[in-house]
Amino acid sequence: MLKQTEGSKAVAEAIALCRPEVICAYPISPQTHIVEALGEMVKAGDLTPCEFINVESEFAAMSVAIGSSAAGARSYTATASQGLLFMVEAVYNAAGLGLPIVMTVANRAIGAPINIWNDHSDSLSQRDSGWMQLFAETNQEAVDLHIQAFRLAEELSMPIMVCMDGFILTHAFERIDIPEQNQVDSYLPPFDPRQVLDPAEPVSIGAMVGPEAFMEVKYLAHAKQMQAIERIPQLAAEFKQIFGRDSGGLIRTYCSEDAETMVIAMGSVLGTIKDTVDEMRAEGHKIGVLGIISYRPFPLEQVREALLNCKRFVVLEKSLAVGMGGIVATDVRMAVTGSGLKGYTAIAGLGGRPITRSTLHKLFLQAEQELLPPVTFVDLDWEAVNKQLAREQQTRRSGPAAENMLHDKGLISAKFG
Amino acid sequence: MFEIRVHGRGGQGVVTATEMLSVAAFEEGRHAQAFPSFGSERTGAPVVAFCRISDREIRLREPIMKPDALIIQDPTLLHQIDVFAGLKADGYVLLNSRHSLEELGLSELITHFDATRFCTLSATDLGLKHIGRPIPNMPLIAGFAAFSGLIKLESVILAINEKFTGKVAQGNIAAATEAYEIVKTMMKERAHA
Repeated sequence: MLKQTEGSKAVAEAIALCRPEVICAYPISPQTHIVEALGEMVKAGDLTPCEFINVESEFAAMSVAIGSSAAGARSYTATASQGLLFMVEAVYNAAGLGLPIVMTVANRAIGAPINIWNDHSDSLSQRDSGWMQLFAETNQEAVDLHIQAFRLAEELSMPIMVCMDGFILTHAFERIDIPEQNQVDSYLPPFDPRQVLDPAEPVSIGAMVGPEAFMEVKYLAHAKQMQAIERIPQLAAEFKQIFGRDSGGLIRTYCSEDAETMVIAMGSVLGTIKDTVDEMRAEGHKIGVLGIISYRPFPLEQVREALLNCKRFVVLEKSLAVGMGGIVATDVRMAVTGSGLKGYTAIAGLGGRPITRSTLHKLFLQAEQELLPPVTFVDLDWEAVNKQLAREQQTRRSGPAAENMLHDKGLISAKFG
Repeated sequence: MFEIRVHGRGGQGVVTATEMLSVAAFEEGRHAQAFPSFGSERTGAPVVAFCRISDREIRLREPIMKPDALIIQDPTLLHQIDVFAGLKADGYVLLNSRHSLEELGLSELITHFDATRFCTLSATDLGLKHIGRPIPNMPLIAGFAAFSGLIKLESVILAINEKFTGKVAQGNIAAATEAYEIVKTMMKERAHA
């Protein structure tokens, strides 16, 4: 049913349609509205049978999800930013144990400096945790990816993060088609666990594994993600048959057929990029877009194929590998190894800095003319940076950098609104 | 695409105003996107929220920097922040105040814009009268509907009924309806003047 609703609310409804049996969560912005809405549904008896467990921390949230999933219950949680970092040890364990937990990450920056706004640093920090990561471009896709995620996670018995841009998607009201229960039921069969803690048939889960078998267990996680490369497009095709729309898959291209310049990105910024590309196409520029939906597993072959006909590409990412450059860009460059393509990295939107059409327009023109440096920090205030660097040269006791920056910009504290 | 920016203070229902605008537009079969300027909401602090309305799918995710319309829920903001930043030359401005633009000292400012597209509405009084609380957002949305002709009063009422029930819904509908009539009357007077 079409609704004008908040992204978080729509995701909560989608989760409820997936019939989770245990939901455990600890509130943190911008994820909170999702679990709040689910908590209300459980309390009102609209989502049953389901246990909503309030926990004392994110570490506990993931630990409870591990326990409930191991006991054979379809388990869900959601988090963001520092919350994800706080649960990291358990995040790795969920993947290592092969438990098909689905978790929403409402993407948000990581402190310090403390910042509640959107970028992709949080889930990307868990790149190698063994969890799959799917990135939603729109709230509709966030809804749809959660349904696909439970199916894929449970088939492979591996956990999945569904990543949606914090605030930009979670707090946006827009038109969203909420699926019907019978559609979801026909797509997502009941959870049939590969391993289950059952007093009637006792097993142990979580054995200590020494050098004799550790690599093999770890390799299995990799093998599962390689299987996911095959399954993700199939599950998206099956989804389309039942729900009637394209959602999910490994990658998505836009205006790419004759594109000489390709822009690669993940998440909601793809919308702004597509609008910019429309403007530039109207001016005669041969530019196209490659959206990456599946960040883990990373679809190396599909990305390579999508880029081989262009002359140059720019990876626009909301993340920074400090001391190196881009995180997503590294993977994209790996995909095109040996192709001779010119690749540029553009770091943008960190800590919620708006990414605007006018900025993108200029950036893409520079990319087209091959004038960009290998790594660009989009809209960086060089004056503020250079002032602080100079201060540090002049004075040993230069003081806290963040406070100095705010002071230089005439702000007492972070600007709201 | 029509872009509306709403300015107000924490506690005045700024975010709700844009959400309700988007619901009203949705009820008319249009695409709409409402989103807040994200931050830690605190009562009394300046708050901004945005709404886009279009006949096509809205993909754009940047803040609204060149609005087609401004709804200003608190006139004291005029002294604090540049609420008119980026407003298009033919942009609409609806300001919550008992006073006229001249009394507010805005006569000179509006020479840069289309004066016929500026309007004040005593929305806080309407909120107090019908809802019993100084919440100006629903009267302002209805006033904006009348002023811009962008959405129908019926759609605003549908949106109110979706969000609220009982007395709160009734109060908001009464406030919205009176606001709509006041602005319509003002527009007729202006047309004859």
